[in-house]
Amino acid sequence: MVLIQIFLVFTIIAALIAVEAPSPLSSIISLGAVGFGLSIAFLWLGAPDIAITQVVVEIITLVILIRATIGKGVTEVRGNESKPLLIGSLILFGLGSAFFANYLSAFPEFGKTAMDVPMDVFSETPSQYYLKFGLEKVGGANVVNDILLDFRAYDTLGEATVLFTAVLGAITLLNKEVFFGKGGEK
Amino acid sequence: MTGMSPIVKTVTRWVSPFILAFGIYIALTGHLTPGGGFPGGVIVAGCFILITLAYGKERVEGIFDLKSASVTDSLASLSFLCMGLLGYVFGGGFLNNFIQSGFPGKAFELLSGGNMPIINIAIGFKVGGSLFVVFAYLALFRAIEEE
Repeated sequence: MVLIQIFLVFTIIAALIAVEAPSPLSSIISLGAVGFGLSIAFLWLGAPDIAITQVVVEIITLVILIRATIGKGVTEVRGNESKPLLIGSLILFGLGSAFFANYLSAFPEFGKTAMDVPMDVFSETPSQYYLKFGLEKVGGANVVNDILLDFRAYDTLGEATVLFTAVLGAITLLNKEVFFGKGGEK
Repeated sequence: MTGMSPIVKTVTRWVSPFILAFGIYIALTGHLTPGGGFPGGVIVAGCFILITLAYGKERVEGIFDLKSASVTDSLASLSFLCMGLLGYVFGGGFLNNFIQSGFPGKAFELLSGGNMPIINIAIGFKVGGSLFVVFAYLALFRAIEEE
């Protein structure tokens, strides 16, 4: 367990450096350190599926970020907090806290996850149910993908939707021709 | 974008088929071994990104360019949704695993898991297509800005 804590401290330090670094290149490299630290932690915890995904996504993100930012003028956004913005974010924060406090009673007890609480539908807790009947009911030997693609397929569909929307947003923001016509920015 | 040095080009020429095959393997056997559609699709997209970076944009044009990547992305999302709707028609619930209840395959074999392999392939195409679209747009954006 000590090794995981060391890696987590390393990850947190790398994340702080990524936020505070002066140049974009060092920020991106620290971001890569965050990702690889997390993937080693996942591997150590016995989740090779997540570790593979994390490593691969980290590499591609690094390439894309370096391709997109290096050699470009960086616009720094600093010190533009206006008063209405502050008031609005305070109101939103208060609303969020109120909703959170309202639904806090519905959460399972501290230290227990929702997967460990017995439900009416299953004769046992959901996590044990998935492990026991994954191979029998879904037929896949890899229980993680059994859960991702059958028991929790809605989540995977939502994930695909999120990715689709993110790509749409990126294209719309980057494509100047959509907004300014063929000649570029007016 | 005209490409990089001959060393990078040669290494890319040797390595890229293996990367592509590994990505397809990871996506196809997601229901048997660690992996799945998401990492497989990202690896396939990484192969094409590597070729684009090493050889320039012209090399992948006609094979996997911006338009075909976005078409792949949309078609794969639609096929995932269609699998869900087919589960509604044949299995009685959205995203129901109707193939497994109809024709249960032998466990630990490639043709098992009902519609899991199909959804895995769809997710692989989807993720690969969308990541390549993002990369191609950023490369294009930069190329326009440099002119």
